[in-house]
Amino acid sequence: MSTDFEMVVGLEVHSQLLTRTKLFCRCENRFGALPNTLVCPVCLGHPGVLPVLNREAVRLGIRLGLALGCTVHAHSVFDRKHYFYPDLPKGYQISQYTHPLLTGGVLTVRSGEGLREIRLHRIHMEEDAGKNLHAGIRDASHVDLNRAGVPLLEIVSEPDIRTPEEAVDYLKKLRQILRAVGVSDGNMEEGSFRCDANISLRPNGTSAFGTKVEIKNMNSFRFVQKALVYEYERQASLLQRGERVVSETRLFDSSTGKTSTMRSKEEALDYRYFPEPDLPPLVIDSRWVQEERDRLPELPQERVRKLSEEMGIREPDAEVLLLEEDFFRYFEEARQELSALARAGSWPEAQGTSRLVSFLLSEVLREWNRKGVPVLSGELRPGEIAYLVAQVVEERLSLNQAKEVYALCVEELRSPKTVIREKNLSQESGEEKLGEWIGEVLAENPAEVQSYREGKDRVFGFLVGQVMKKSAGKAHPQKANRLLKDALGR
Amino acid sequence: MTPLFDGLAAFCRGRDSRQFSIEEATRDYLSRIEREDPELGAFLSTNSNAVNRARQLDNRMARNPAPSPFYGYPVAIKDNLHVAGLPTTCASRMLANFRPLENATVVERLLQSGAIVLGKTNMDEFAMGSSTENSAMGVTRNPWDLRRVPGGSSGGSAVAVAADLAPMALGSDTGGSIRQPAAFCGVLGLKPTYGRISRYGLVAFSSSLDQIGPFARRAEDALQMMLLLSGPDGRDMTVASRDPAEMERDFRADVRGKVIGLPEEFFGDGLDPDVRASLDRAREVLSGEGAVFRPIRLPSAQYGINVYYLIATSEAASNLSRYDGVRYGYRSLKSKNIRDMYTHTRQEGFGPEVKRRILLGTFALSAGYQDQYYRKAQQVQSLIREEFDRAFHEVDMIFAPTTPTPPFLFGEKVSDPLAMYLSDIYTISANLAGLPALSAPSWPTPSGLPVGVQLIGPAWSEGRLLRSAAILEEAVGIRRPSVGTTRGGEAA
Repeated sequence: MSTDFEMVVGLEVHSQLLTRTKLFCRCENRFGALPNTLVCPVCLGHPGVLPVLNREAVRLGIRLGLALGCTVHAHSVFDRKHYFYPDLPKGYQISQYTHPLLTGGVLTVRSGEGLREIRLHRIHMEEDAGKNLHAGIRDASHVDLNRAGVPLLEIVSEPDIRTPEEAVDYLKKLRQILRAVGVSDGNMEEGSFRCDANISLRPNGTSAFGTKVEIKNMNSFRFVQKALVYEYERQASLLQRGERVVSETRLFDSSTGKTSTMRSKEEALDYRYFPEPDLPPLVIDSRWVQEERDRLPELPQERVRKLSEEMGIREPDAEVLLLEEDFFRYFEEARQELSALARAGSWPEAQGTSRLVSFLLSEVLREWNRKGVPVLSGELRPGEIAYLVAQVVEERLSLNQAKEVYALCVEELRSPKTVIREKNLSQESGEEKLGEWIGEVLAENPAEVQSYREGKDRVFGFLVGQVMKKSAGKAHPQKANRLLKDALGR
Repeated sequence: MTPLFDGLAAFCRGRDSRQFSIEEATRDYLSRIEREDPELGAFLSTNSNAVNRARQLDNRMARNPAPSPFYGYPVAIKDNLHVAGLPTTCASRMLANFRPLENATVVERLLQSGAIVLGKTNMDEFAMGSSTENSAMGVTRNPWDLRRVPGGSSGGSAVAVAADLAPMALGSDTGGSIRQPAAFCGVLGLKPTYGRISRYGLVAFSSSLDQIGPFARRAEDALQMMLLLSGPDGRDMTVASRDPAEMERDFRADVRGKVIGLPEEFFGDGLDPDVRASLDRAREVLSGEGAVFRPIRLPSAQYGINVYYLIATSEAASNLSRYDGVRYGYRSLKSKNIRDMYTHTRQEGFGPEVKRRILLGTFALSAGYQDQYYRKAQQVQSLIREEFDRAFHEVDMIFAPTTPTPPFLFGEKVSDPLAMYLSDIYTISANLAGLPALSAPSWPTPSGLPVGVQLIGPAWSEGRLLRSAAILEEAVGIRRPSVGTTRGGEAA
């Protein structure tokens, strides 16, 4: 990436709410039903219908606001936002414009090794549109209105984000909070968590904002990262050539990794916002807010702090463990199994926990990202991971052997015990046996021994490799190292 | 030929004493419609199931007494209110074939109490107009003079009641659409307080101004209808939880000592001398009953028309966005792409007045003009409200003409939109302020044309207004046009 410019990013997230019914009618709010089976005159925009606000959606809005430290406004207003599109039955979307439910608040994200606070601008309630379907239909488009009227919260950040990594962490942390307070399932594939980005560049060390571009259609965290990197490079090269960035809306294409113009500022729609006359202003009693505050669960940041204090896990690691509830539950079960093994083997529990965390964050997380939930729910049970980690702590297996076992287990759907037995894997740390292998290696490689003794340190690595090879990978690496050094007498 | 009964109370007596069956009463009205309506054009559709339903109600009454005054009572419904099983066209090509899936709340309440829907009545397209000339479905004539308009937009409902094609009817009033045709046709029409009656199932024109209300011959009947229709239904969040029974208490209260305001601005130069003379007589009646008249000022009311045509059109442009040809209603087949489809569908589906208002409303809300037009209009609307609030600290109700002139001739104003808009000049401010207002028949002009007295009250004072209407009703008497026999004039 070019380094002359600073990236300035603000994110707009649309999150669907986990309500039983839609925002303004009693139709079911559910993904995946047959097209146009979850509809009624209200969400179809028939003549003469009126919206009735779903209080559960408001309650979830209040909960999110409290979790993010927003101001919950006692008085907010719904507005109509107008545009013509076949998936928008009324020709307008009921949203909130001048007086949103929530303003302010912050979300703390990881920035390198440190933390940064991203301020929130506002969060408002609105209804989702339906979906236009084009695929597989010749000369026609179909419209599915099951999603029309599903409740959304639009969460708008201030332009406080400075790197693609911060943007991705912001989205992950936001999704975690949405899930923690029961507002949303945060499912990006099903579209219940969607993100648009506003990005501009400015010369390093300056404070005025550059011209911003809005990017749409980034439906995974990876695409957000890619789109921001691409857009940064695009804008930077324009600016370096002395050209200007055009204010516009661009679409990200995941197949090319590029963004392209969707509509320019001149083509921007005039939404003709005005207060929704069919809904009185939304008035929220302060007692209601207090009730929700009292019912709020422990928030992710607090859990990270506790986990770190109680188990000595680094905060960044604790954050990753807590990012997904499934993953954390898996960790918790494995940890409990491991603590039983620690008691049985009389070794310190903390040593196991730290080994477990690093194993989960490397091997298991990689596999999970690749294959998804099956890794957690079936392929290797938490108890089996605990067993594998205990083998390393007890020095029966090297870390590399354990990783190899894990890979085989996941691939061949077998238990660690079976793999270890069949591959005849174990670790040799007995000094007698190690000494025997070392003696043989020294005898077989007199020239290398000679040059090491003359000061060529590089040769040491070669000799270690020979010992590992002779042991068929079973030699305890650290011990073999120490004994080899002793034997060479340097 | 007079109907089988005159008024709701008479209907109940006749029904309960088996003087006539519900089927007979229903058939009586259906045959009147069949006989008179080809000339009048009040109805767009009639209910082919009405007689069946009447028979069922008769059968049920053989075992149990009628549970409600409206049991078996025939009513006509404006064609922008949903009656399941009948079309809701809003007198527009756009909805010519639209059939609603559910009843409007008001219709549901009527049906629950046993009322019988006779049919749906003509109107200006999407309730936009003051003469019913904007209907895409045909002409409705004033039964007092067939050369004259019935007023609008609820022209069909007003004519149905005036010509005894239905004992009562429902209309909707956004800027005078109940009161103005009631005045033109010589019947009682009431626009309730905003938030009194659920709008669910009323095809929206201007959501913050629309209210549904009754047409009747008698104030007592209008009260009964209001008691039935008022109060929350859980489907319209703008309905207030206000006890309808207060209307009945107010209706029983005397007018003696009540202070009635005469707004100078409503009796200016634009007022027809015959209308003025008729109103003077009506005033004497109320004075004679002990009411005290006092002049008041409503200086901002003169801006009512300007404000109305910004707010109502802004909301209308929004409410009518849904007619895009995608899901229901008219769709132009000329189109090659989605943009074309929208354009042609709306070009062909809407009439000229509807298009004019959509354009005006879209402009008033567009970026760069919103502050100048829509916002400014809202500010003036607040001023109008405040003036009424102040006035009602001093007076119990306001007495005014409903319209500046008696009913005008067909074609007289239809080519001049501004002249047409001015026929609502006295009715609009009650909508802008959300206040209840009614038009009650006064004495006709020397040439026999109807004149309406308008009474405007503070919020929730419908009962009080209807009491005064009942006093006028007694003084003026119930008058009927001689439909089908002469071209206008009163029956002998």
